[in-house]
Amino acid sequence: MIKVRNLTKHFGDKQVLTDINLDIKTGEVVAIIGPSGSGKSTLLRCLNLLEKPSNGTIEIKDVKLNTQKYKARDAYQLRQQTAMVFQHYNLFKNKTALKNVIESLLVSSKMKKEEAIQIGENLLKRVGLEKQAHQYPATLSGGQQQRVSIARALAVKPHAILFDEPTSALDPELVNEVLQVIRQLSKEDTTMVIVTHEMQFAKEVADHVIFMADGQIIEQGTPEQVIEHSLNPRTQRFLRQAGDETDGAAR
Amino acid sequence: MNFDLQYMLEISLQIAKYIPITLLLAIVSMVFAIIIGLVVALIRNSKIFGITHLAGLYISLFRGMPTLVQLFIIYYGLPQLFPSLSTMDAIMAAIIGFSLKESSYLAEIFRAGLNSVDKGQMEAGLATGMKRVQIYSRIILPQAALNALPATGNTFISLIKETSLAFTLGITELFAEGKILASASMRFFETYLVVGLIYWLLVILYSWIQKYLEIWLSKPLRR
Ligand SMILES: Nc1ncnc2c1ncn2[C@@H]1O[C@H](COP(=O)(O)OP(=O)(O)O)[C@@H](O)[C@H]1O
Ligand SMILES: [Mg+2]
Repeated sequence: MIKVRNLTKHFGDKQVLTDINLDIKTGEVVAIIGPSGSGKSTLLRCLNLLEKPSNGTIEIKDVKLNTQKYKARDAYQLRQQTAMVFQHYNLFKNKTALKNVIESLLVSSKMKKEEAIQIGENLLKRVGLEKQAHQYPATLSGGQQQRVSIARALAVKPHAILFDEPTSALDPELVNEVLQVIRQLSKEDTTMVIVTHEMQFAKEVADHVIFMADGQIIEQGTPEQVIEHSLNPRTQRFLRQAGDETDGAAR
Repeated sequence: MNFDLQYMLEISLQIAKYIPITLLLAIVSMVFAIIIGLVVALIRNSKIFGITHLAGLYISLFRGMPTLVQLFIIYYGLPQLFPSLSTMDAIMAAIIGFSLKESSYLAEIFRAGLNSVDKGQMEAGLATGMKRVQIYSRIILPQAALNALPATGNTFISLIKETSLAFTLGITELFAEGKILASASMRFFETYLVVGLIYWLLVILYSWIQKYLEIWLSKPLRR
């Protein structure tokens, strides 16, 4: 369960998020769509306090945080509830695929090494990379790195996983292997928030779609309501442009 | 030509006996310099108002003064203010002087090394629930070390050579021993050439170690 109330964020004078309210049920898959610069990444990054929100409250599972006054320990506890998959994977460059997956189990959960390795190997198998366990990120393709980063996110058994455009840095032929892994996850009971430009994919995996523009939630609902039959002119315009781009790329 | 190869060979062993003291000065000073330099770099990088400026002042001060002057201030000057320091031996004074000096160079090198590590590494660590200290020690420092290694190595090479200044505090190390032998034999050229060549050998030896260190550290980053 994720509950956000009156979240705002500005960078200096620039207002980037305005009065965001958000309710995500446990196990729900939410897709966030919207034009570039609309604040999608900032919203996700406020949820795990990689950006310090300017105002509002954030509640994830049983940790509630007032963004006006919180201590390092509160931030740490809130972060424990989520994991994040970044656009540029951000794998630890000095660690093998397996070590990337189990790093936080070893240092945060203080798990025994053998146990962590067991978990790590199972997760790598789940994303189809058991053979690459001992390779360093530099030797993996973008798609493989992103799958490792998904395994790393799963390792901490987070209440929710935040995906920030997980496929937009990938070469087109590598997009599918990553989407396939996320698709698989969406059938399980992990809560997921996915910022994506892949409309077809959003329609397919999401229970709920949010359209953002200019730092605000403009419209939300089921994929049918928002992506198929939106009545909102801004959503329509965005979807038309996104469609043109996809057609352009296909040509 | 007035050149005595036989003499050179004879004194080589004699001078080489002082390699350990030169290495002691260089290595111990380097270890302290690395520790101090890292702390100063982290402070300089922190955005805590005031102490980051203090770190900046430290760097500027110790970089801006000649090493020789620093050594004299510490060894001859400080005991005047604090009489209890007059028992400080010359080797300790030299190590303190070299450590402070080199740490000011290393602090800047380490800061650049730390800043060259992708910001995403810290974010990924935080997002998986790690603490900042853990992320620094396990993820960022190892990557920064590789970036900082060449410049750190150059600093160490300079330090090996600069330890020759320790003779001014009355420490008998490579250079001082050369000086003693040269004035006894009046064979200045041969003696100082031997001293110079020994420094050169030490530097070559170290460069060789550094090469392997670099290969080892960069193993994860090679395709
Ligand atoms: N660290 C930052 N400092 C200043 N402005 C920022 C920063 N991060 C993002 N912004 C601005 O905030 C707005 C929203 O950015 P972002 O959340 O990345 O949008 P999106 O992910 O929807 O493309 C953009 O105008 C961007 O330039
Ligand atoms: Mg973004």
